[in-house]
Amino acid sequence: MLTDIDRAKYKEIACRIRFDVIKMTYHAGSGHPGGSLSLVELLTMLYFKHLVHKPIDPNWSGRDRLVLSKGHACPALYAVLAESGYYPREEMWTLRKFGSRLQGHPAKDKGLPGIEVSTGSLGQGLSIAIGMAISAKMFEHRDNRIFAILGDGEIQEGQVWEAFMSASHFKLDNLIAIIDNNNLQIDGYVDKVMCIYPLKEKLQAFGWRTITCNGHSLDEVDKALEIAREKTGKPTVIIMKTVKGKGISFMTNKAEWHGKAPSREQALIAVTDLGYPENVLDKDIN
Amino acid sequence: MTIYEEHGWKMVPSRNGFGLALRDLGETHPELVVIGADLTESVRANYFAEKYPERFFNAGIAEQNAATIATGLALSGKIAVFSTYGVFAAGRAFDQLRTTICYNKANVKIGGAHGGLSVGPDGATHQALEEIALIRVLPNMVLIVPADSEETYKATVAAIEQIDGPVYIRFGRSPVPTITNKDTPFEVGKALTIKDGSDLTIAACGSCVAESFLAAEILDKKGISARILDIHTIKPIDKTAIELAARETGAILTVEEHQVYAGFGSAVAEVVVQTCPVPMHFIGINDRFGESGSPRELTKFFKLDYENIALQAIKLLERKF
Repeated sequence: MLTDIDRAKYKEIACRIRFDVIKMTYHAGSGHPGGSLSLVELLTMLYFKHLVHKPIDPNWSGRDRLVLSKGHACPALYAVLAESGYYPREEMWTLRKFGSRLQGHPAKDKGLPGIEVSTGSLGQGLSIAIGMAISAKMFEHRDNRIFAILGDGEIQEGQVWEAFMSASHFKLDNLIAIIDNNNLQIDGYVDKVMCIYPLKEKLQAFGWRTITCNGHSLDEVDKALEIAREKTGKPTVIIMKTVKGKGISFMTNKAEWHGKAPSREQALIAVTDLGYPENVLDKDIN
Repeated sequence: MTIYEEHGWKMVPSRNGFGLALRDLGETHPELVVIGADLTESVRANYFAEKYPERFFNAGIAEQNAATIATGLALSGKIAVFSTYGVFAAGRAFDQLRTTICYNKANVKIGGAHGGLSVGPDGATHQALEEIALIRVLPNMVLIVPADSEETYKATVAAIEQIDGPVYIRFGRSPVPTITNKDTPFEVGKALTIKDGSDLTIAACGSCVAESFLAAEILDKKGISARILDIHTIKPIDKTAIELAARETGAILTVEEHQVYAGFGSAVAEVVVQTCPVPMHFIGINDRFGESGSPRELTKFFKLDYENIALQAIKLLERKF
């Protein structure tokens, strides 16, 4: 259990990340707010408690690695990176603009500190993380962890199952996959489009240790990440029940908010939902 | 005695050069790792795997995963080599090559085995005739199609020691004449002049270099002097050598064990039309799939043999300005 003081601190950060996601996508005029909002508590607990990293030294060799396989949720990642001090906050508002380091999907070659790898073509991030986990475990003999964040629709990609198979085969107990199970994808409910369930049983059959948690409970996410870090000889997957568009009234649990930006009117409602004054939506915007 | 043996050329599969280079480099490069996909011996990765089992990973029949795991290893500071048949390396795993390996500029080397018709009896499904087209459109990628096993050895060494980024090396299954030797120079991006000539240029890659050389001998007897270029690096291509060939010989015939559309000949033509336009002709596979047969039978059937190359050279000369 988190202490009341810590819980309040993380809650405040999570609220700011949500605000940043709304402000970024609104000013970009496009982007993926829905699947970004479902990751907020996870990324908050990772970057401000569990991830071993040094924002002032992004390439520090002892760091944990995080691969955002569902690259479209990068607004949330960009927000935690700014909040952690990887780059100046005001740069956030360049999201998706020409010349920005904050590309529509994470782009390693644009040089934004904290971006480990370019992702965006779904289904590949877990395999990248496997390569990193092999390197850390078998060659560098480091005690760091490799995280891969996947969407639930994403695991419809066949390559993900090749990866699930190989991670347990290589006994990568330094690998932690997290599935953002909001049950929505562009065309609708995941189980209606192409059913992926039962997830826990499938992953256990593939040789993974499974942990389930409510992805919006800071306490549950905290506990899941703590357990996941223990090494058991198997790779670990956290199946995180989440809500797409979480925290914004009109976006909650709506597939249509997968990949579109709020209008000005909608952005102002969202800002109010989060308890901010309306005028902060345009603060520091040139 | 075959015409190849008469020339004193040893018949060796080019894949051997790839395997031997990996085995030798394994010793001097502890950061070298190899990822296979169930075809370990076939692509000659067994030379490395037997010597360095702790640095060899078999991904099973899962090329997309294999290519992407290689990227993760490369992003962690390893030099990762991924090898399987060309149809799978360039075809099955194309998006992984594009978006994960090339976009990240990952230090991954792809050994595209069984290129061209060299897998003969296996037929069209396994005959890779499209990789040059697929691979050369990828930004950040280097593409090498060596002429024989010696050149494949050197290409593999250069890819690993000199290039920090993605490289695709295409090599074949069946024995081909070893026309270069240990002392033949090899430089990535620099065409090798196998024979100088002034009436036309025959530009080739892979196994077609030897056939082109034999064609030049026929042409010599007819009083036609053909320059033979081994353009092993298709990307970045040697623009200087191609422009010079166009200016000095006035006609260029290209020969490739690959689809003509968007292939090697097209890459040469892109340079020719922008520097010194001269008549060209492309020998290769003309928009169809391969079929079962011995590599020699198929070479003849698809008119990649030296006799047809000589014939097409003579025809091309008639079109010279």
